[in-house]
Amino acid sequence: MGNVPTTVKHCLSYEQLIQDYPWLTRWLLAEKMADHTDVLRGIQREPHVRYPVLTPNMQGFQDAVAAGATEVAVFGSASETFSKKNINCSIDESMLRFEEVIKSAKERQIPVRGYVSCALGCPHEGHIEPSKVSQVAKRLYEMGCYEISLGDTIGVGTPGSMFKMLQSVMNEVPTNALAVHCHDTYGQALPNILTALQMGVSVVDSAVAGLGGCPYAQGSSGNVSTEDVLYMLHGMGIETGVNLTKVLEAGDFICNALRRGTNSRVAQARGRTL
Amino acid sequence: MAAVMRLVNRSVLGPAMGQQYVAFSSAAKAGVRAGRALPEKVKIVEVGPRDGLQNEKTIVPTETKIHLIDMLSASGLSVIEATSFVSPKWVPQMADQVEVMKGIDRKPGVSYPVLTPNLKGFQAAVKAGASEVAIFGAASELFSKKNINCSVDESLQRFDEIMRTAKEAGVPVRGYVSCVLGCPYEGMVAPEKVAHVAKRLYSMGCYEISLGDTIGVGTPGSMIKMLEAVSREVPVNALAVHCHDTYGQALANILVALQMGISVVDSSVAGLGGCPYANGASGNVATEDVVYMLHGLGIQTGVDLSKLMDAGAFICRTLNRKTSSKVAQATCKL
Repeated sequence: MGNVPTTVKHCLSYEQLIQDYPWLTRWLLAEKMADHTDVLRGIQREPHVRYPVLTPNMQGFQDAVAAGATEVAVFGSASETFSKKNINCSIDESMLRFEEVIKSAKERQIPVRGYVSCALGCPHEGHIEPSKVSQVAKRLYEMGCYEISLGDTIGVGTPGSMFKMLQSVMNEVPTNALAVHCHDTYGQALPNILTALQMGVSVVDSAVAGLGGCPYAQGSSGNVSTEDVLYMLHGMGIETGVNLTKVLEAGDFICNALRRGTNSRVAQARGRTL
Repeated sequence: MAAVMRLVNRSVLGPAMGQQYVAFSSAAKAGVRAGRALPEKVKIVEVGPRDGLQNEKTIVPTETKIHLIDMLSASGLSVIEATSFVSPKWVPQMADQVEVMKGIDRKPGVSYPVLTPNLKGFQAAVKAGASEVAIFGAASELFSKKNINCSVDESLQRFDEIMRTAKEAGVPVRGYVSCVLGCPYEGMVAPEKVAHVAKRLYSMGCYEISLGDTIGVGTPGSMIKMLEAVSREVPVNALAVHCHDTYGQALANILVALQMGISVVDSSVAGLGGCPYANGASGNVATEDVVYMLHGLGIQTGVDLSKLMDAGAFICRTLNRKTSSKVAQATCKL
């Protein structure tokens, strides 16, 4: 994905994609998301819509507040190796950094969302114990995150491992404070989301057009497509408040700008391929 | 993570989806529905060589088809739909039906059913060595008329002939019902209509009925309603699901089918076979992705995923196309 001009990002509320690249090194982040202030200032904020931004540390948090952010997110990992390779510190050290951010956020009454990556597997460590995920989720929740998004970062999870992981996390964090962030790298995202719904989870992360590949599996898909998730939820009679047609339009728009095909099967079926 | 979806009305999750979901969310074990656990074993019916190749634009040489089937046999699959005895006038991709049947290396314990649309096709199939056949009904009148030029009832009458002859010859017959979750012409299809056709095929003597979401429009919601209606008429252990992934819903649909006691799943290696009703869209669900999910659930299939992926890689190279299987695309090595 090449650099996307700021004007395109405005139209898409693209700033949420800032949260999509926790594993990027500082310089890459700086390059692709260098315009974060412009984006945040330029978008047309709809009432009742929230625009969280990723803040890995105090500096990022302060910049975000200065740019007008009203909600932030912090990223933990259930895998020590992933944490060290990605953000150059252990899980415990990262928690200390987040504590600072959360403390300042609390003072400003800015809600903080917590993410746990590698919840169903790690590209370096392989299998991740559900108890490790619940430990990290619990810490983030107790520190003050209002919601914890559990991420299957490399998409290796299946309904079997999703169930075991959620069972463990639900012992430590109330279900209504949980979300799932499934990647579709192995095509398992929708059945994994379905399993989570069946266990009482009612918050789902997804990306329009399935933007964001998998940096650990060349050429593979990454994020599950919002369009495909919506199609499933609406087909099950679940309300989301989201208009699928408008999301399809947003997907068309960004894929055209990026000169790439959509990852959404629903979009492909409706003839919206490039 | 461009969107975080909050389900607007949480309570909708229960009542909107019916009692079975209330049971799910309060169950001690995921997938337990009113005390019924997921099946320990699932039989995969591999339809790539027939349904898959029939719907690919490129016509594949006979030796390639034979090699593909042999590779699939070696992967542990127990049912591989080998070819079709429809007239080559209508389906030129299957014109080499006799050579394929004679050329494959039949692994003991593996079944190689073939499609037979009428008595003539059945007779040719048996002559070529087929020991199991399949017949196709539709749950939609319009689809039946547009596809095989007769009503649903008329098509079932044609099959009567095949059933009688097959019974005498001791040849098992599998029945397919298409458009079970929607029709490209009629739109919504009533679950009762699906149940009616499935019941007819079963009463005529089909040992198994494969319920096909032909255009992939189904979701877990419509899959459950349809299976509830059908399982009132046909025992669940005689049912199979044949899901298309055109809207990305196949694995989720298969999961709820398993939760309702279904233990036979049709799929196509590499997701061969696009959707003739949605240009450029995907069709059959990929066997690799299904096996990945089933193994992740601890369900036995008898299939060696890496050998299956070899077969998928082989046919994709030959067809000069990318695989539709996400598992095959992912090169991440854990």
